Amino acid sequence: MTTELAAGRDPSVPTPTRRLDVETLRKDFPLLGRTVHGRPIVYLDSSASALQPRQVLAAMDQYYETTHANVHRGVYVTAEEATARYESARVAVGRFIGAPDPEREIVFTKNATEALNLVARSWGAANLAAGDVVVVTEMEHHSNLVPWLMLAAERGIELRYLEVDAEGRLDLSDLDRVLDRAKAVAVSAMSNVLGTINPLAAISKAAHEAGAVVIADGAQAVPHLPVDVSELGVDFIAFSAHKLMGPTGIGAMWGRSSILETMPPFLGGGGMILDVRLDRFLPAETPHRFEAGTPPIAEAVGFAAAVEYLNGIGMDRIRQHEHELTSYALRAIEERLGDDCRVFGPPFGPDRGGVLSLAYRDVHAHDLAQVLDQFGVCVRPGHHCAKPLMRRLGVTATARASLALYNDEHDVDTLIEGLIEAGRLFG
Amino acid sequence: MTNLEDLYREIILDHYRSPRNRGELDSPPAHRVEGFNPLCGDEVVVTLLVDDGQVKDIKFAGSGCSISQSSASLMSSAVKGKSVDEARQLIRTFKSMMSIHEASLDPDGSDGAGSDGDGADAGAGGDLLDVRKIGELAALQGVVKFPVRIKCATLSWNALAQGLDEAAAGS
Repeated sequence: MTTELAAGRDPSVPTPTRRLDVETLRKDFPLLGRTVHGRPIVYLDSSASALQPRQVLAAMDQYYETTHANVHRGVYVTAEEATARYESARVAVGRFIGAPDPEREIVFTKNATEALNLVARSWGAANLAAGDVVVVTEMEHHSNLVPWLMLAAERGIELRYLEVDAEGRLDLSDLDRVLDRAKAVAVSAMSNVLGTINPLAAISKAAHEAGAVVIADGAQAVPHLPVDVSELGVDFIAFSAHKLMGPTGIGAMWGRSSILETMPPFLGGGGMILDVRLDRFLPAETPHRFEAGTPPIAEAVGFAAAVEYLNGIGMDRIRQHEHELTSYALRAIEERLGDDCRVFGPPFGPDRGGVLSLAYRDVHAHDLAQVLDQFGVCVRPGHHCAKPLMRRLGVTATARASLALYNDEHDVDTLIEGLIEAGRLFG
Repeated sequence: MTNLEDLYREIILDHYRSPRNRGELDSPPAHRVEGFNPLCGDEVVVTLLVDDGQVKDIKFAGSGCSISQSSASLMSSAVKGKSVDEARQLIRTFKSMMSIHEASLDPDGSDGAGSDGDGADAGAGGDLLDVRKIGELAALQGVVKFPVRIKCATLSWNALAQGLDEAAAGS
């Protein structure tokens, strides 16, 4: 097995010295102990939401059992501790993506979607007027597209699209023309449908030369790749905790502090102000300016525990594992299913993440997913909140299997077993 | 695999593999209605020709899963040639069948009519028992055990209901 995988390894992907011990790691995830329809669960839907290790659950329990109070308010011991936990979570999350100034640059939000809306609303309100150009891509999740469509409808900004080529990569051949007069580029770091890892460093460089800021959707990339915002060169990146093994209900937006400081508040309320009078208010400094109301405190604690868990394993090792498993899956699908199964997205390589959007014979994605459920296999059928991309691919829906650190070759084999059964049933 | 066989009954697979009344009627004179399932992106186009209080002809097009496609095929077969009143009654009965699930989950054991968005159509409890009268359509009963798939099954029926309303308003 190792030899076969080594043959498919791309030299540009660094090889960490220690491989993941997946069998041991799996024991950290209580939900993987479940059976469904009498079979062990095979969780292949981490792109939608990842599972939580018990370390994350324990951290949140411990916080509620020993510390909980509202933050930035009380002077009693637990209130001070809760504030310290919340603010140290901000730093941990920021360091995870290489934020130079995490205390001021990480804004906690509800999820990546809210983070992207925050940028569109706040940065957009201060910087975009009718006729201004925002560049978006055809492969964006609706969360990095609809907020810009809303601004287009309200303010008359012009949206220009980077297209997706036949292999599922962004067509950057005409980038300079597309960037002409652009004020912003909204682009996914990794496609949630195709697994394409976009060349953000190159896009950022070109965008900055054209005078545009870069707003990255990191929802898929941050949980699965080593991400350093300085290396990527982006100005904003949004991501969700629950996709990186933290809790639901919290996400983060990193923004370059020099830009954040110029942005108006997003939501109004408690916590985001310095002073309020009957006829005006003075907003707080960043990041609190963007965090109105009681924040998700326990979730921030869980978020920090999740990045600590991933750091403990090492993002380079996680990437290597998922890279090798993607190689195995693509080969196994080709060998065992041949032309019956189409996998969308780029061929195996360094710009290929562990997201496998499948079409199998003529069986509809909903039917595939229903049959796979009988095998305990959890995949996501549908348009994956990327309808323009689905139209480009010429399909209404795909069945998406996505890989994470706790998946192994057996999971892929069970997926293939289920696909064959679906083919038999609907053949 | 008992569960799956509840869902994918032979009649359903037959209508999926060999759909009846597939295509589009010329519109006008036919009424054309598009339905979307936002969950999966499935689309259905129902064209129907209503004349003299009767569904003279009906066709469906679009793409979708086995449940949405077979339900559209079964729907078209069931209402073609029927009076508009009979078609509306079938819609009510079918919608009731699709909400039996909710009633069976009701801890008080009441019939649960009106417990979901389609409740207004569920109407009298009598409709719930008319399943025996609807022939092949009863094959779709298993869908209620898979709540996410109910929207697949009702997609074309909602389009039909809208088409009948529009036909009535237009005539």
